[in-house]
Amino acid sequence: MTRDDWYRHDRLPHIYCSGCGNGSIINCVLEAVSDIGWNIDETVFISGIGCSSRAPGYIQTDSLHTTHGRAIAFATGVKLANPDLHIVIFTGDGDLGAIGGNHFIHACRRNIDLTVICINNYIYGMTGGQGSPLTPYGKKSTTTPYGACEMPFDLCNLAVAAGANYVSRWTSYHVTELTKAVTAGLLTEGFSFIEVISQCPTSYGRRNSLREVSDQILYLKNNAVLHQRWKRMQEKGEDLSSDQFVVGEFIRQSRPSMGVSR
Amino acid sequence: MSRTEFFQGNIACAEGALAAGCRFFGGYPITPSTEVAEHLALKLPKVKGGCFIQMEDEIAGIAAVIGASWTGVRAMTATSGPGFSLMMENIGYAIMTETPCVIVNIQRGGPSTGQPTMAAQGDMMQCRFGSHGDSSIIALCPASVQECFELTVKAFNLADQFRTPVFLMADEAIGHMRERISIPDSVPYTGRKPAEKDTLPFKPDEDLIPGFAPFGSGHHVPVTGLTHDWRGYPATTNPDLHAELVSRLYHKIEDKRNGIADYEIENREASVVFICYGAPARTVAQVLHDQKHDGKDDLGCLRLRIVWPFPEALLEQFPHASVFIVPELNLGMISREIQRHTAVPVRSVSKIGGELHTPRELLQVAEEYR
Ligand code: SF4
Repeated sequence: MTRDDWYRHDRLPHIYCSGCGNGSIINCVLEAVSDIGWNIDETVFISGIGCSSRAPGYIQTDSLHTTHGRAIAFATGVKLANPDLHIVIFTGDGDLGAIGGNHFIHACRRNIDLTVICINNYIYGMTGGQGSPLTPYGKKSTTTPYGACEMPFDLCNLAVAAGANYVSRWTSYHVTELTKAVTAGLLTEGFSFIEVISQCPTSYGRRNSLREVSDQILYLKNNAVLHQRWKRMQEKGEDLSSDQFVVGEFIRQSRPSMGVSR
Repeated sequence: MSRTEFFQGNIACAEGALAAGCRFFGGYPITPSTEVAEHLALKLPKVKGGCFIQMEDEIAGIAAVIGASWTGVRAMTATSGPGFSLMMENIGYAIMTETPCVIVNIQRGGPSTGQPTMAAQGDMMQCRFGSHGDSSIIALCPASVQECFELTVKAFNLADQFRTPVFLMADEAIGHMRERISIPDSVPYTGRKPAEKDTLPFKPDEDLIPGFAPFGSGHHVPVTGLTHDWRGYPATTNPDLHAELVSRLYHKIEDKRNGIADYEIENREASVVFICYGAPARTVAQVLHDQKHDGKDDLGCLRLRIVWPFPEALLEQFPHASVFIVPELNLGMISREIQRHTAVPVRSVSKIGGELHTPRELLQVAEEYR
């Protein structure tokens, strides 16, 4: 099966805005799934609520589009009741980092065999651009019109600290690296977390001087600091600028996990 | 053959679940329901395919139950007031996605943290109307330890048959009381109607219920809480489709309410009729028992083992009734439901605080109508 065979063609075109990063991220995930050769009958996509959470609806498998923030909790039930199913979760920075935060850290702690793709567009896209717990400090949204005055989460650090077996972060610009990371996550037993920073021209870009899609993609490219480089910077006592963020693989380990296929 | 045990109501409920073939429990500890979880934590790992998981909160508990149910297994959770409130959104999700599941609520005094160790029936409206939007559900009310077992079995059968969440609405008194019960070797079983090959996953049959295709069976079912068509595809702005879907979810249960009804009637000729469910039914039984000693026979009783969908046709069973007396451990919930279905005067006898009605309290009210 090729990547395109995984799409639910009669649901397309999707509802995403033109220039949205979600489409290419779904492509990367389906590329990884079809490369591994998972059986389409035994793969389940699960999501919460938001733009990113609409992804499973466009995929030709069993899927569960659940309530806001709860995708991981639903997925925990599916996986434990039938460990032979492969489960991939699509979620977003609001769905996972805010309302679903507790389920997220507990799934990391349990190290349950799920792969979570969190599309971080820094914003609540579907409800029109409200600030999320990942909106960078000082950036604008409809609920932070004077700039976000709270510090954002680093979900990857959180996942590592809470015990996930695989954690990495890439962006919608880094499609090759992202596809490899998703593949690694899918193949890792236990909890795998891949954060993908993505452009949202409609709700984030235009309020933060990144009106053109290309501006936002360049922003992601230019501000991504590779994990290894960040380590060297730290040794020299250098800090990240307020726009920079770290990408790469943060952990790959084999802490005991649960829900692994019998 | 059967075996006799001396069990607490909560343990009988857990045993009923095991007998019914429940293979998944997801929940969170809460008084006075915790023994249900503890017993299943002990037993489920020893059953083939059994899984017990303590989740991070009740929201996650019911979510995991719904997820498990989509793999085709029978799944349940158990809770009480505060946890029940937390579950409401996902219960609506189970209604909308037609996911069979059993939710045990060992009711305690509310609102809020209220009285964790005292009996109440204050969630009888919440189980029916607690999640947003129009819908219908099924709620069973045991009045003994034996019924905790039997009605839990029945709850699983109804959940599978109607593809809906089903509530076992017990209370602290029934959940924690100990009685002798008889556990049969096998129990009645009605499973999910399987989806036929190549049918749309949410296309109902004549009974208004679609066949079920578990995850992993190759049906590729897209499940969503959004308003959806027969394929399961979102169709959120189509007024006719929404009306058709939600009406069907309502009617698939409400239209069958006379068949779903489960009750006991004592003395159809009575003029003073008690209508009861759950723990207060035990006091009513004592009052009716006592009248025989007193050489009277004007008291009667309708005891509901299934309260929702409300079986209003049963109210016609008492042609000589001059009053319906409704003792409840709340400020009058089901009494109002009764009122809207009958011309017979309805007298609510409320008691909150955690103690059951005494026979004398109920008799005094009955005397007013004799
Ligand atoms: S609002 Fe943003 S995230 Fe949502 S579809 Fe549009 S561009 Fe994509």
